[in-house]
Amino acid sequence: MKPDIQIDRFEICLSGLGGQGVITLGKVMGKALALGHGFNVAQTQSYGPEARGGASRTDLVISTRPISYPKTDKIDLLVALSQEACNKYYPLMKPQAVLLVNTTLVKQIPTNQYLGLPFTEMSIDRLGLPQAMNTIVLGAVTFLLPFARRSLIRKSLEESLPAKIVDVNVKALNMGYREASKAFGQPPAIWAAMTVADNGNGDTEKAAPKKPTAKKAPKAP
Amino acid sequence: MSAKRKTAAREIFALGAEAVVEGALLAGCSFYGGYPITPSSEIMEGMAERLPRTEDGVFIQMEDEIASLGACIGASLAGRKVMTATSGPGFSLMQELIGYACMIEAPLVLVNVMRGGPSTGLPTSPAQGDVQQARWGTHGDHSIIVLSATDVQDCLHMTVKAFNFAEKYRTPVILLLDEVTAHTREKITVPLAQDLEILYRLQPSMPPEWYKPFEETVRGVPPMPPLGSGYRFHVTGLTHDDHGYPTQKPDEVVAAISRQFRKIDQFFFDIQITDEFLTGDAEVGVVAYGSVARSAHLAVEQARERGIKAGLIDLKTLFPFPRAAVEGLLRRCRTVIVPEMNMGQISREVKRVNPGTSTVWTINRVDGHIITPKQILESIRKG
Repeated sequence: MKPDIQIDRFEICLSGLGGQGVITLGKVMGKALALGHGFNVAQTQSYGPEARGGASRTDLVISTRPISYPKTDKIDLLVALSQEACNKYYPLMKPQAVLLVNTTLVKQIPTNQYLGLPFTEMSIDRLGLPQAMNTIVLGAVTFLLPFARRSLIRKSLEESLPAKIVDVNVKALNMGYREASKAFGQPPAIWAAMTVADNGNGDTEKAAPKKPTAKKAPKAP
Repeated sequence: MSAKRKTAAREIFALGAEAVVEGALLAGCSFYGGYPITPSSEIMEGMAERLPRTEDGVFIQMEDEIASLGACIGASLAGRKVMTATSGPGFSLMQELIGYACMIEAPLVLVNVMRGGPSTGLPTSPAQGDVQQARWGTHGDHSIIVLSATDVQDCLHMTVKAFNFAEKYRTPVILLLDEVTAHTREKITVPLAQDLEILYRLQPSMPPEWYKPFEETVRGVPPMPPLGSGYRFHVTGLTHDDHGYPTQKPDEVVAAISRQFRKIDQFFFDIQITDEFLTGDAEVGVVAYGSVARSAHLAVEQARERGIKAGLIDLKTLFPFPRAAVEGLLRRCRTVIVPEMNMGQISREVKRVNPGTSTVWTINRVDGHIITPKQILESIRKG
């Protein structure tokens, strides 16, 4: 499929702790954006030698042109799932870039221009499954990205996971999407130019709030 | 295997390591002997999953890297296309057998996904510290081909190239990747085998009684029948004559060693692959390879936006060093910048071939992080 919009190096940095599923999240997103949406995507990863607990990060560069440098240069969307990650990568953001934090673990946020949801808390309280935290984040990010279609992200998620955990993850994805739309209202207006027209592919509810109404910076919840 | 015949190239979203696996299978690799090590393990995992499903594929995990390369050499002599993959510490263990493979002229592909070193170093971080080791790691004067790859699609194509060179020139070929290249996921197109040029080792056309295993030929590459096919063989690491028997006669020794060099030296035009980007009118040149070439590509684009005439040579073949291409750049540019994730290994080669017309600057980084476009751009602006 050919994408119908032009994107030149949209950079997403997903960061957190080893074991939070950051790299799986990047893989699912990258696969959906590359094969489903048809963008050029480079997904790189960096992590420590520890199995759990060390810093973990994955970068996605999305473009309709060929991608040269595969890592993030100036971040458009930073997703910080731990305090350490937030502190470390916040300085690498573009001016007016969007910061999405996991408010359960990130207590000191370096700016008041941010979007936040208590992802860890949501996964434990509402799904009883802390491992599904990354999929809730995926749902929220799907809502935020104007060029991402929920149906394609869900397809990639279903293809990437073992059959027995697909159901709970689809539930988590929908929950993340729903909660994000409730908490943030609209995707950030600075990305309005990258909005895709929905072709009635199953996620019609997204089309309506995606239309830009006014210039508005991302607001705090 | 599958009932439906695949008729078109397919698109996949894959790791660099997975692209190496795809490339190896397309090239006809049917034996993998290895020992897992970060960050090359994904190659082994991929081969373990895919190889046994092919017609006569054999995958074996050996007890260590020494045995892995030993198994590969044996399988290669038996007529298979073989591959193994490792990283720094395992590559050190393999050095002795690389020399053995050079001496007995066994075609094989060795993928080294470079990580921070020396010793255990930084297992999960990228580096390019094994470049000179790949060329000179094994003892004795020898000729060898060392390739590198820039992005994921490139990993597939360079793996196919590596197999082709190994078979065509009867030599071990080392494919040097780094952690970033091997662990980057991108959308790639997996072509059909029929759309690729796939080469096989030369088979003897003479009857078995006339066959000499290491006989001089026009290309310098003797035909290589699989063991057990009726042709007599004698394989030894000692310097040997045409028949494969040990010799110390100076004329036979010189003939054997110089043929091993000549078979590669006279095909530089075929082996030396470089990718040039905006070098035609460049005043500041960049010579890079592996993942750093991608940073350099963006830096050159950014420099051009600022009106600086920058250009890039991306080295796909590291050894034999692509002297002609780099010398051309050195003649045209006032400054040539060599960024690499080591303390200066390819820059030695660039300085060696510099005819004195250009200043060679290095950017070195050994902290386990990739060189950023910003670092290279700063240098370009000063150049």
